Amino acid sequence: MKKLNSKLYRNLIMVAAAIAVYAFIAYGMNTNMLPRATQTLAIKACYNVILALSLNLIVGFLGELSLGHAGFFALGAYSGCIFSINSSLPIEIRFFVAALIGGTVAAVGGFLISSSILRLQGDYLAIVTLAFGEMIRSFIKIIPYTGGTSGLNGIPSLGSKFMTFSYSYVFVIITVLVIRNIVTSRHGRAITSIRDNAIAAESVGINIKAFKIKVFTVGAFFAGIAGVILGHYINFIEPANFSYNVSIEVLVMVVLGGMGNLLGSIIAAVIITFLPEILRGFDKYRLLIYAIALILMMLAGNSPKIIELRAKAKVKIMMLRRKALARKGA
Amino acid sequence: MKMAKRLLALTFALLFLAVGFAGCKKNDTADQLVIGGTGPLTGEASTYGTSVKRGAQIAIDEINEAGGINGIKLKFIFEDDEADGTKAKAAFEKLMDNGMQIFMGTVTSGAGVALNDAIKNEGLLHVTPSASQIEAIISPNSFRICFNDVDQGKAMAEYIYEKLGFTKAAILYNQDDSYSSGLYEAFKARWNELGGTISADTSFPKSATDFNAQLTKIAGSDAEFLFMPIYAEKAAQIVIAANSKNINLPVIGCDGLDGILNYLQGDNAKLVEGLIYYTPFIASDPSENVKTFVAKYKDKYNIEPDQFAADAYDAIYVIKAAIEKAGLTVEDTKLTAKALGEKLVPVMTQIEVDGLTGKMTFSESGEPTKSAKVAEIKDGKYVAKE
Repeated sequence: MKKLNSKLYRNLIMVAAAIAVYAFIAYGMNTNMLPRATQTLAIKACYNVILALSLNLIVGFLGELSLGHAGFFALGAYSGCIFSINSSLPIEIRFFVAALIGGTVAAVGGFLISSSILRLQGDYLAIVTLAFGEMIRSFIKIIPYTGGTSGLNGIPSLGSKFMTFSYSYVFVIITVLVIRNIVTSRHGRAITSIRDNAIAAESVGINIKAFKIKVFTVGAFFAGIAGVILGHYINFIEPANFSYNVSIEVLVMVVLGGMGNLLGSIIAAVIITFLPEILRGFDKYRLLIYAIALILMMLAGNSPKIIELRAKAKVKIMMLRRKALARKGA
Repeated sequence: MKMAKRLLALTFALLFLAVGFAGCKKNDTADQLVIGGTGPLTGEASTYGTSVKRGAQIAIDEINEAGGINGIKLKFIFEDDEADGTKAKAAFEKLMDNGMQIFMGTVTSGAGVALNDAIKNEGLLHVTPSASQIEAIISPNSFRICFNDVDQGKAMAEYIYEKLGFTKAAILYNQDDSYSSGLYEAFKARWNELGGTISADTSFPKSATDFNAQLTKIAGSDAEFLFMPIYAEKAAQIVIAANSKNINLPVIGCDGLDGILNYLQGDNAKLVEGLIYYTPFIASDPSENVKTFVAKYKDKYNIEPDQFAADAYDAIYVIKAAIEKAGLTVEDTKLTAKALGEKLVPVMTQIEVDGLTGKMTFSESGEPTKSAKVAEIKDGKYVAKE
């Protein structure tokens, strides 16, 4: 009973937080109280959060270092946006269908790549995924319908920034729900057990190969959706949007937020989205300071003192909650 | 332990400082029109963005020192877009936050295309100095100073075939760059139409540092010249590599080759003797306005201006001409970007500006009409070729 209560409590807080964030930004957008730069960045933050969460599933929970996330991102963006350009459905429906198509094509890519590199691990896997990402990008340049190097033009817009943000936010919520449910389920425990000790996991009957393929497929699916959002947000995509730098940036979000920490990924993705823009005042030193800030954040996040503080805070919150429950019970 | 706390404190301090910086740039001045621009100030294409920013700043300072336009002073704000679409979008919004009324950007094509929708929605006057891809000025309120890739590729094919009399081409272009591949497509189409043949059709990826395979192919062909529609830095590397393979074909390129001498020191500079390229601007041009501009630019920034700087300088004067033609007064500086756009966009097709890059007028579609110059490198200097 007690356990159920605390779970419910946590879920309620999460839902409340999600609604509060949406309400705040929606209000800020509709009244133009938020600066316009912040409004566009809110949309960018949405797809970055989706990217970070989906990569966290692969890197944080499965424990496989993947540097090819930009490849899935590109697959989704191009397939979804090409559909969107050629379709005549109402734009709202078109966007959702495009997201599904983009996600599915990327998922197929994820399935193919993961089933072909099952035997690789660690550094080797990282290099192969990196090559895979670059391969997709080169492929996009040479096949027809993608616009080649000059990019894909004329992707329809969802209307106002507010509409684009709202639709993107829906996908963020879906991503959070699905990935959270995966990692807290039986499957999730199987996935983390592979990360922690593959031999032990196999010995209790967990099919490592099947799980690896599943995780890559799901991760790629959401990366694909993020790509579709990107396309409908800037209405123009070019292969340069999907270079391996993007994979690295997403990996930075995952590492900064903490491997296997979903809330951390969300916060880190938002920080990484906003940080370079906040630093615009520094002019040409901007990217230098951005790099320094990243280093400092990594150092601070890993310092024993901070970790200790975090652990203490966790205990305190648990105590408070227990007290509150006890009072209710009495 | 203490160290960690201090580091954390420092990080936050820096962040707050940054927020402070970012927050206090509102348009607080009356009688001023705010012209905004974006371009790459960091990253691979940063030289172009820096040149544009500098060239535009010189024009702005000149106009303001002369008392403005009908008493209207100009204010110039410039944001970095790293030549990337998503960054350009954020930079553009930032400029709008800071009160931008006229947009003078982007420097690169990809970033420009990404802004099409936003520019159309805002309805403000948009003049790009150097985004040459056809799609970069789709919006009806967009204009450009430079030639577009297609026109330039065509003009180059005609010039080589008709004026120089060559018929067999070797081409080497950058397959990852929309500027380069756009020029290549246009050149090739026109060249075949004219009846020329392509003896060696080669390309390289963006990250290439080794050009052996391509040059071997070119050396084995019967080409009469080497056409390289690429940027100067790579072209310089290729010229050096070609020399070591004893390839002595005349090199011909487009406006991207401007500034190639900066990348070739000492004896290497002799390798590009006789190199021909298409350009709107030659720094050694003897005309009065170019001379003064080059002198001012050198004085202020200690480097010779390139065509990007000249394009930006002209862009500001085009905007000035539009403001004069529309008869704006100091009162009009309070107008929104959209309202100003409604006044300025229609007069753009009526103005004629005699700029550093030639006398230009603008068509309904936003393309400039102006005569191009062909430049040649002679005795280590860029000179006009007739």
